[in-house]
Amino acid sequence: MTRRTTRPSTRPSTRPDARIDVRIDVRKTYKLYIGGAFPRSESGRSYVVDDARGRFLANASQASRKDARDAVVAARKAFGGWAGRTAYNRGQVVYRIAEVLESRRAQLEAEVRDATGATPAQARANVEAAVDRLVWYAGWADKIAQVTGGANPVAGPYFNHSAPEPTGVVAVVAPDDPLLGLVSVLAPVIACGNTAVVLASEPHPLPAVTLAEVMATADVPGGVVNVLTGFRAEVAPWLAAHMDVNALDLTGIDDPGLARTLEEAAAENLKRVRRPGPEDLTAAPALDRMTTFLETKTVWHPMGV
Amino acid sequence: MTSNVFEYAPAPESRSVVDIRSSYGLFVDGEFVEGHGRSFKTVNPATEEVLADVAEADESDVDAAVRAARRAHSRVWSRMSGAERGKYLFRIARIIQERARELAVLESIDNGKPIRESRDVDVPTAAAHFFYYAGWADKLEYAGFGADPQPLGVAGQVIPWNFPLLMLAWKIAPALACGNTVVLKPAETTPLTALLFAEICQQADLPPGVVNILTGAGETGRAVVAHPGVDKVAFTGSTEVGRAIARAVAGTDKKVTLELGGKAANIVFDDAPVDQAVEGIVNGIFFNQGHVCCAGSRLLVQESVAEEVVERLKRRMGTLRVGDPLDKNTDVGAINSAEQLARIRQLSEIGEAEGAGRWSPPCELPEHGYWFPPTVFTGVSQAHRIAREEIFGPVLSVLTFRTPAEAVEKANNTPYGLSAGIWTDKGSRILWMASRLRAGVVWSNTFNRFDPASPFGGYKESGYGREGGRHGLEGYLK
Repeated sequence: MTRRTTRPSTRPSTRPDARIDVRIDVRKTYKLYIGGAFPRSESGRSYVVDDARGRFLANASQASRKDARDAVVAARKAFGGWAGRTAYNRGQVVYRIAEVLESRRAQLEAEVRDATGATPAQARANVEAAVDRLVWYAGWADKIAQVTGGANPVAGPYFNHSAPEPTGVVAVVAPDDPLLGLVSVLAPVIACGNTAVVLASEPHPLPAVTLAEVMATADVPGGVVNVLTGFRAEVAPWLAAHMDVNALDLTGIDDPGLARTLEEAAAENLKRVRRPGPEDLTAAPALDRMTTFLETKTVWHPMGV
Repeated sequence: MTSNVFEYAPAPESRSVVDIRSSYGLFVDGEFVEGHGRSFKTVNPATEEVLADVAEADESDVDAAVRAARRAHSRVWSRMSGAERGKYLFRIARIIQERARELAVLESIDNGKPIRESRDVDVPTAAAHFFYYAGWADKLEYAGFGADPQPLGVAGQVIPWNFPLLMLAWKIAPALACGNTVVLKPAETTPLTALLFAEICQQADLPPGVVNILTGAGETGRAVVAHPGVDKVAFTGSTEVGRAIARAVAGTDKKVTLELGGKAANIVFDDAPVDQAVEGIVNGIFFNQGHVCCAGSRLLVQESVAEEVVERLKRRMGTLRVGDPLDKNTDVGAINSAEQLARIRQLSEIGEAEGAGRWSPPCELPEHGYWFPPTVFTGVSQAHRIAREEIFGPVLSVLTFRTPAEAVEKANNTPYGLSAGIWTDKGSRILWMASRLRAGVVWSNTFNRFDPASPFGGYKESGYGREGGRHGLEGYLK
């Protein structure tokens, strides 16, 4: 915890022989989350994260091109296992994230307040909405196939059936709303069986690292979610151009020129691209954050005796 | 093993049913108009006979067509009830059926495909597509894309030469059903059935500007995709062009669906009924001369039965009749263009040079026109270019595998992901395989089946979006 209000006074006592009876905070090092582990950036770099009033909060890891590649490798490695789990099981894991997040509400509320300058009530609403959104998507894991798939009545003696399947590795540039925004873009991706490389909000990355700790203790298999902190303009182009990334969510890109460059780079291997656009994250979501990262597979088989 | 096992007398379909004009203009705002650009010739690939001069739309023609489509959208088509839009689509479906023979003959003349296929597959499926989407026009709120789905506006559509009328139907039917208007560019080598379709729109009294047909080549297509008045781009064709389109629309609000190349694995297990599997292999790669994005161009056969399967396949290939597309006995018609023939020849030569074993049945090819015999390569490795690149011709590469897991590995070892085939008697294995193949369409114990109700489209570099079925509406709604 890095909130100023908890910082003790270290002013020396007036009595020369008195002991200084204070406890110094054990601060947390904010690291990346790759393949289930928490490494620092391989580049050894960090950047200063300030609170809403411009005061120092922490040094966050500044992810490099190689960190991005490592994250993609971890996400690809985890994809088969995660996509292959039953939808029921994936739903339970996403629900478990909600449970663990709920248990760390106080910490996240403080971090959201620090990051955004939100009032305590706003921060509470933000964290509660994030928990509730995880619960909403957890329930979709084993229902989306029934809503978007089904039997197709073809004109012939064939059984024909379409069902959605995850697209693969999805690179997500998260918006600046540090927790609800992050959860809103991440939960649909993984609930459907994709694995994710998330580039956290550049100015407010700390709640993302805390969410990574939540996921690490919520039975999310290593590599299913990988969290990078750092500079969007530096890291996003490597993810957009990476040939083993299947889809790209540009929600967190505000600069239209950068969004365009990233979409152009994504064309090289025909990534599915979700363009940035106005979006009310507090409103009830539609299905499109899931369906954008789902493929439809249609299976035919002859009928006969 | 020779083609004279069965002797057939020629049974040519009459050409008299079609009336090909010496020159064609563009179809804009309900009228045929002269283009502002140059013109090009479309030829019969089976004879190299020049069929007609066709206008090549330039940027000003594209602009006029997009404006016409916009007017039609805002003044008529988006204001009409879905039920009334649907009636126009039903009309179009019926006229396609009424003029089916004419369309089939014209398709075979312009494209080179056997009349048996244009008559039994292309044209009836095109009509069925319009019939299917006609019924959606007044039911869109039930399609699962929101309570009040809206059209996007003007759709710019670019289609390939392998199924000219059918691809037109795949593009136009869902676009119109959803309340969009269209500017469609048929392929340079196969414009004639699209122009006949323009006449069908006139016969159906479709409001002017709802459908606009611009003939031309790559430049025309680029202008359609790039036009700022286009709200939606739909493309079927090569992955290379698909990439260029994805780049061109970056940073815009255009919605895009792309149906691109493939290198499908057709997987035969040792328990598959061999005769059925061989028919499926033949249909998978020699249907439409292999000019099929979802063609089963990589045969993966289980090692224990590879010899038997290849031997029976060769025997069956010996009975394929290659020749006059209008002959009702013909199985394999002409290659669509000199350019495509050159590519097929080049990749086949590379296949030989890289060490694969090349075989074709003895078959006499006509003197004129573009022809390539059904060809199989054995001893192909995954590294060979004929196993990696889309040949888009009647050329099959045979690879082997031992275990289902190896078959999945090899099948998925491609940047494409359009289709796949599985041949086995074991149901649980079919479902296991089907769930692991990264492909948008999986045919088990069948191949190359298409239906308007069945979504079609790829994973990975085979593109995105689906055409057909309820899913096909999504690309045309907001």
